[in-house]
Parts: sequence; C-alpha cells; structure tokens
Amino acid sequence: MLQQFSYDLAHLIGATVLMAGFGMLYQRRLFAVLNTFAFQALALAAAAAWQAHVQNAPHLYATAAIALIFKAIAVPIALHWLVERLGIHRTVETALSIGWTMIVGVALVALAIMLVLPVTAKAAALTRESLSIAMSVVLLGMLMMITRRNAVTQVVGFMALENGLILAAVSAKGMPLVVEISIAFSVLVAMTVFGIFFFRIRERFDSLDLHFLETYRGDRQ
Amino acid sequence: MTAVVWQIVQIVLVLATAPLVTGWVRWVKARLNGRRGAPPWQPYRDFYRLLQKEAVVAHSASWIFRAAPYITFASVWLAACIVPTFTTNIFLAPAADLIALVALLAIGRFWTALAGMDVGTAFGGLGASREMMIASLAEPAMLMVTFSLSLVAGTTQPAQIVVFVLGGNVGIEVSLGLALAAMLMVAIAENGRIPIDNPATHLELTMVHEAMVLEYSGRHLAMIEAAQMVRLTLFMALIACLFAPWGMAMPGAGLPGILVGMAAFAAKLFILATALAWFETVIAKMRVFRYSDFLGGALLLGLLATIFLYVSEAV
Amino acid sequence: MSVTAAMQAGAANPILWILAIPLGAAGFLAVLPGWRLATWLNVAVSGATFLSSLVLFQHRPEPTRLLFIDDFNVYLVALTAFVGFTTSIFSAAYISRESRAKHLSDMHLRFYHAMYQAFLFTMLLALVANNIGVMWVAIEAATLTTVLMVSLYRTREAIEAAWKYFILCSVGIGLALFGTTLVYLAAQPVMGDGADAMAWTLLITKAAGFHPDLLNLAFVFLLVGYGTKVGLAPLHAWLPDAHAEGPTPISAVLSGLLLNVALYALLRFKMLISTNPETLAPGPLMIMMGLSSLFLSGFMLYRRGDIKRLFAYSSIEHMGVITFAFGLGGAVANFAGLMHMTMHSLTKSAIFFAVGIITQNAGTKRIADIRGLTASHPVLGWGFVIAVLAIAGLPPMGVFMSEFLVVTSAFSKQPLLALPLVVGLLLAFGALVSRLQGMAFGPPPPPNRRAHGGGNWLGTMMATVPLWLHMSLVVIAGLWLPAPLVAWFEAVAKLLG
Repeated sequence: MLQQFSYDLAHLIGATVLMAGFGMLYQRRLFAVLNTFAFQALALAAAAAWQAHVQNAPHLYATAAIALIFKAIAVPIALHWLVERLGIHRTVETALSIGWTMIVGVALVALAIMLVLPVTAKAAALTRESLSIAMSVVLLGMLMMITRRNAVTQVVGFMALENGLILAAVSAKGMPLVVEISIAFSVLVAMTVFGIFFFRIRERFDSLDLHFLETYRGDRQ
Repeated sequence: MTAVVWQIVQIVLVLATAPLVTGWVRWVKARLNGRRGAPPWQPYRDFYRLLQKEAVVAHSASWIFRAAPYITFASVWLAACIVPTFTTNIFLAPAADLIALVALLAIGRFWTALAGMDVGTAFGGLGASREMMIASLAEPAMLMVTFSLSLVAGTTQPAQIVVFVLGGNVGIEVSLGLALAAMLMVAIAENGRIPIDNPATHLELTMVHEAMVLEYSGRHLAMIEAAQMVRLTLFMALIACLFAPWGMAMPGAGLPGILVGMAAFAAKLFILATALAWFETVIAKMRVFRYSDFLGGALLLGLLATIFLYVSEAV
Repeated sequence: MSVTAAMQAGAANPILWILAIPLGAAGFLAVLPGWRLATWLNVAVSGATFLSSLVLFQHRPEPTRLLFIDDFNVYLVALTAFVGFTTSIFSAAYISRESRAKHLSDMHLRFYHAMYQAFLFTMLLALVANNIGVMWVAIEAATLTTVLMVSLYRTREAIEAAWKYFILCSVGIGLALFGTTLVYLAAQPVMGDGADAMAWTLLITKAAGFHPDLLNLAFVFLLVGYGTKVGLAPLHAWLPDAHAEGPTPISAVLSGLLLNVALYALLRFKMLISTNPETLAPGPLMIMMGLSSLFLSGFMLYRRGDIKRLFAYSSIEHMGVITFAFGLGGAVANFAGLMHMTMHSLTKSAIFFAVGIITQNAGTKRIADIRGLTASHPVLGWGFVIAVLAIAGLPPMGVFMSEFLVVTSAFSKQPLLALPLVVGLLLAFGALVSRLQGMAFGPPPPPNRRAHGGGNWLGTMMATVPLWLHMSLVVIAGLWLPAPLVAWFEAVAKLLG
C-alpha cells in the first residue's frame, strides 16, 4: 500500500512536469513561458527529491538541488534579465499556431505511449508510466524547439527536453551518474547560452530573433 | 424510502444554498479587490426584489422568450438534483448518469441561446453565437472527462463513481489528476467565469452570458439568475463528488452520517468558492480568439487522461 | 598509504596518463599568458599524449569499472592522439599567421588552446570509457568545447553556425542520453542496480538476456542521437556550418576525430544489440542512413562555393560510406569500415591543413577565387591535389582500397545495394575532381589585399609537414598494409560481428 502510494505520487509529479510542458506550448508571452518553465523545473526538483526519498538514494537530492537552484531559480531569473535588458520582443513567435501545436503535442504523447507500451509489456507499471511520461516530456521539448522561433524559447525548449531526460534518469532505479549528467547539462547550457551567445548575438545583431540569422544560408556563391 | 426523503432534502438544499455560494464568491472577490462588498446573502434580497417587479417583454419576443427562463431553470435544477451532494442515497441517483447531466445542461444552454436570438437585438445574437462556440468546445471536453472517469470506475453514474472512489481501490491516478484539471477548465467555461466570461461585466465587447439575457427583467430575470447560481453550485458539487467524495454518507448511514456528509459538503463548497474568487481575482480575462485554445486545452487534457489510463494499470 | 598505492596504480595505468596529460594541459593553458609559448606547449603536450597512447599497445591494463581498453578502442585512441598531435603542429603555424593578421586576440588564443586540449581529453575519455554514462558525458563535453571553438571568430556566420551546432547536437545528445537510460533499464533486471548495469565489459557478456524490445527502442534513440553527431543525413545540418566557420584546425579535428568518436559510440551499441538474438537487426537502419547521407552529400557537393563547406559535405559522404559498411556487417565490410575510418580521418585532416593555409594565403574561402595552387605554391598545391584525389577515391590511395572493399562486399552480400553505393561514390568523385581542377591548375590570381600568409618559411613548413606525413601514410596504406595491422583489423572486424 505504501509502495503503491510512493509510485502514485511519483507519477503524479511526473504528470505535473508533463502538464507544465503543455503549459509552455500554450503560452503566448515570453515571460509566461519562463515562469512555466520555472514551475516545470520545480516539479522536476520535487520528483527527484521524492525519488531520492523512495529509492533511499541520497545523491538524487543533489540532482533535485541542481534542478531547484539552477533551473527553477537561476536560469529563469537570468533569462528574465536578458529579455528585459536586451529588449527582446515579448511575444512568442510561433511557426505553428498554438492550437495546432497542442494537438501535435497530444499526438506525440500518444506516440510515446504507443512506443513504450509494447516495450514494457512485461515490465512493472512503474517503469511503463514513468518512461512514457519522460518520453512525452522529451518530445514536447523537441516540439517547442521546432515550433518557436526565438533563441530564448529554443533554449527553454531544450531545457524542457532535458527535464524529461533527467526525469527518466531519476525514475530508473539505481541508475548511476545521474548527478554528473545533470551537472553536465547545466554546464552546457550555462556556458553556451550565457557565456557566449547572448552577449555575442547582442553584439552583432541587437536581437535574439533567430529569424535574422536565417538570412544567412551558408553558401555565398 | 429514505432515498426519497434525502432526495427531497437535496432538491431544497441546492436551491437554498446556491445564492449563498454566489454571494460568497462575490463577497470574497470584493474583499480581495479592496472593496467592502455586498454581504453574502445579498442574492436572496435580489431575488425578492426581482420577484416583486413587473416582467417587461419586448414586442418582438415570441413564446420562446417567455418559456426559456423556466425551461433553463428546470433543466439545471434537475441536473443539480441528480448529483450526489451529501449522500449517495438519493432517489434519482440510479436514473441519471454523467452523460445525461451533460445533456440536461445542454438543454438549458440551448434555450438561453434561443431566447437571446429571439428578441432580435444585436447583443442577444452576439451572446448566443459566442455561447454556442464555447459550448461546442466545452461539451466534448466534458464528455472526454466523463469517458476517462467511466473507464476508471466502470460506470457513468456519479453515485457509483463515489462508491468506487471511496472503496479505496484507486490510488492517486495520473488520469484522475488530468481529468480534474480538464474538469476545472470546463467548469470555468460553463459557468461563464473569468477568464472566459466575466459575470460582472456589461461591456459589449466582452460579455457572453450577460449579452444573451440583457432583455430579461422581473421574474424572468430571477429565473435566469437562479439557474446561473444553481449551475455554479452544481459544478462545485460535481467536482467535489467525483474527485473528493470523502465524507459523503453511504446508503445505510444514519442521521449522524448524513450530518457529517452535509458538513463535509458545506466545507467543500466553502473551499471551492473561495478558491474560485481568488482565481478570478488574480487572472485576467481572455480575448475571445483565445477561447478555442483554452477549451481545446481542456479537451486535450481530457484526451490525455483517457490515453494515460492505458499506461497505468487502471484498465 | 592508500594515496601512494593509488598513485602507483595510476602511474602503472597508461589510460590515466592519456587522460591526465590533456586535462592538466587544458587547465594550465587556460591561465598561461602569451600565445607563442602556448602553441609550442600545445604541440608538446599533444605529442606526449600520442606517445603515451603508444604504450597501450605494449601494456594493456585490466578493465576497471570506468575505463577499459580493448582491440577496438586502442586503435582509435592511437589514431585520435596521432591526428591530435599533427593537428597541433598545423595549429601552431595557423595560429601564428592568424595572430599576425590580428584576427584573434590573446584572450581568445588562450581560450583556444585550453579548449583544444579539453576537446582532446573529452574524445579520449569517450573512447576509453567503460561506462556508457561516462561515455555520454564525455561526448556531451566534446560538444560543449567545440561549440565554443566554432564561435571563436565572433562573426555573424560563426555565431549562426555555433548556434545551429549547439541546438542540433544538444538535441542529438539528449536523445542519446534517453537511449542510454533505456539500455540501463534493459540491463537492470539482469545486472541489478548500480554501475554494473552500465559497464561495457559486463553488459556485452549478459546482453543476450536483456529485454529485446527495450534494446530496440534504445537503439533507435541512440542511432538518431549519436547519428546527429556523426553527421548522418537527415541530421547533418549543423556539420557544414560548424566546419566552415570555426578555425581550420578545429575543422580538421571535427572531421577527422569527433565524427569517428560519435560513430564509435554508435558501433559499441550496435555490438550490444547484435549480441541479443531477439532484437531487430540494426544493419538496415544504418545502411539506409548511410546511403541517404552519401546521396545527399554527393549532390550537395556540386553546388558548393565555399571550400571548407565543400569538404564538410565530403565528410558527410564518407561517414555515410562508413556507416553503410558497418551496417552491412560481416568480416570484409567491417574491415573496410575500420580502414575507411582511419583513411578518412588522415586524409580529411590533411585536406583541412592544406585548406587552412590556402584560405589564409588567398584571404578568401570562395572556391571561385582560388586558382592555380600548383603554380603559386607547389609543395602545398601538389599535396592538396593528392589529398583531394585520395578523398575522391582514386587509386592507389588507402581511401580507394577501403571503398573498393566496401563495394565488393556489398556486391557479394546485397547486389542491389551496391548499385546506389557506386552511383553515390561516382557522384562525389565527379564533384570533387571538377572542383579540384579549377583550384589547383590554371594561372594563379593576382595577390590579394586580404591575404595574410606567406613570408615565414618555418610556418609554411610546419603547415605542410603534417599534410605530407598524413598523405604518405595514406598512400602507403593503399599500396601495402603491414601484416600485423591487417591481422589486427581483422580481429576488430570479428569483434564487431
């Protein structure tokens, strides 16, 4: 009974992460996207902490702490600051309308489930449910990266994708290196995004809209 | 026999509490906005006043206009009677299920919209068309929620679902969480609350429900308002019954059980009404063009709830 | 006591040396002022790494939980360290010219050298990692270092290229991580919780008992994920930009080494999947992606106007051929794939050495503006001609040998597949040769104002020596492969199944 409860709660937190993923697709304003992302990271931190408690794996608390401090607090604040400071257009620019994005999102969730179900037919419901949720979060992150044309939303989409990966990793019982993996991701995002791109793009274009970048198509004949 | 008694009690109860619930929401909202606000029992006074007044009817109005308030009120009231509130032991419980509930609410909505168009004013038509747009999105979402619940519980009867949930065989299901979220969104849309509609506005660009009933006065308006209030209470009761049935008296429970059930129901209404007031205060009204996104979201949540049932072991 | 024991163990384990030298150097170079010293130190450190990698042939350490060496990766470690070493020599020449032209500040150069060593470290770590998680972290770190280096010039194009690279490859490695997690989930019921279920040496012995469906799903994610890094079509979009806009030494190591490392990761997982009899055959998927890469790049080669981009597409083509070979499987095809990996690595980095000097001399990357190389710079020009002919697949060079082997084994195994393969190879051949003609022969253009090469005799020699060294190895390999090398390639080919 207690075990059942711990599974259920884990899945509920996972579903919250997934819902936040849909929430990000639903938003039209950049700040709302950032806030939703912060909420997703918070839910991820809760999921990691809960897994740390259930699996009796203290190192997962470190993953939870990274998710909480870096993703739920530092990154959203820094992106807020950047958006304000650089005067980026505050509306999310969509390549596909929000309604359609949501429909595609649900289709992706169904796809994730269809992929996972036969694979885990013999596995416990635990794996089945967490795996399908994690894969859905990953696919939604990819969808966001594809359908939102702006450097900030692309980064947020990538981090949402990464949230799904971390969710999968913490749900896999006893998986080693989870902390290292989440650190590696954080360093990648931090270094690339903040160390280089925002400042350089600012320097060069006065805009973070990647649309301007696309005028350059590589080959100059 | 007791079932008949409790059924009658419930019929009276929903009608009696509905104005109080609405009044309470208005009062809390006023407080959160920094106003003093009318006391929670103000709606009772309003009813008394409206019933005293003469009903003025437009020259162009047909019998539909006159009949609509009564039909709407009757259908919503009947719907409110079949949702278990404090006990599952009510006479009409076996006769009606969630799909019937959706249909009853649709009848009420249909007649209101018809009446809105009947007078032939611009506002009535505008309100009716918007109402129908909302309904066309909200109803499938509501049915989706119904499907996922009935897949979990194996029945579409609210009373049976309560028995199932209280039976303890169901843990914290992801599907139920999703269905709850979808249900809340549908409830907001069906009751014309912010962010879909603002019940307090008479601004032509934004109103939906108010636009349809602009021509009513006197006892007709009282009926329409009563229907609106009962509908709000009904949705709160439905959410409480499906997702948090704890405290509800089962068949065979004596008077103490019934009293506990009533206390629990009052507490649930209190929490939901306060939460609604808070939510309406912090959120801004949505543009009409975004309704489809919002309700589409509810529909998709309902769909996800159904999909996830196949992942967990509930099915 | 335990510290000394650990140090003794460390001293005895050459793998640790191979990793510690570049890592320490990266830290040191990050704080070392003055780029002149840094370029030489970079060469010296890369040389030391190469020498210690040779020790592995003599003394192979026991596998630990995290690091291991077997027949397959020892050869890639040596190749990586070797190309890393020769590229560092070229880089010294390249950087001194760039610095004279004031393209890069001291700060950037310090960063460049530190990142170069960090990049070598991550690739070597990915190769020797015995843990699929560590391998993933290493490849992710390799992405990070190269993204930073691609954006080094801070031009509009460089930033777009780096951004595209970051976005695409991050998604790629993200999916690879999901695949890695799935492999762990497949292994966990058999191997139990913890690090055992991620160790290669243990996984490969027990893989037959894993859940086959989970492994299939995992392989799809890994193929798409690491396939992005290999540059397989249709996930190749980052590759031409990243090669074209970064510093040329980085283009050389990207093409010559990083693609190999990503492919190595993929092959390891292929071995794992093939051990399980109930899984899907990974071959057809790889053949499909290989062929599509080959065709796509074959056609794209014709329309290129930028010299670095041209050879970036050629890298996609060759990665396609190699993936095709491994997808085909069997002793001959695997042998051919391994040999092609080596030959491509040597030839392509040699081409980029030449291209680096050529673009510096000409002051442009436009193919149309580069003419008459054999007349204006004979040593460089002829080296370039040989290298391009080699990569195009002309006999008697090593690339021809390996391509020939791929084609013959395709004919013997799947004759229908051999036809598109040959057509694709001919397409690429035609494109490269037609481009080469204009660049290598004819009258040289008048001196360009933007050119910033020339002069320094030592610099030019340092740039051309690695080029000729690589090309002589490729030619020798085409004419005569030493018997021990053949035996060893065969052993690895058998390992790959």
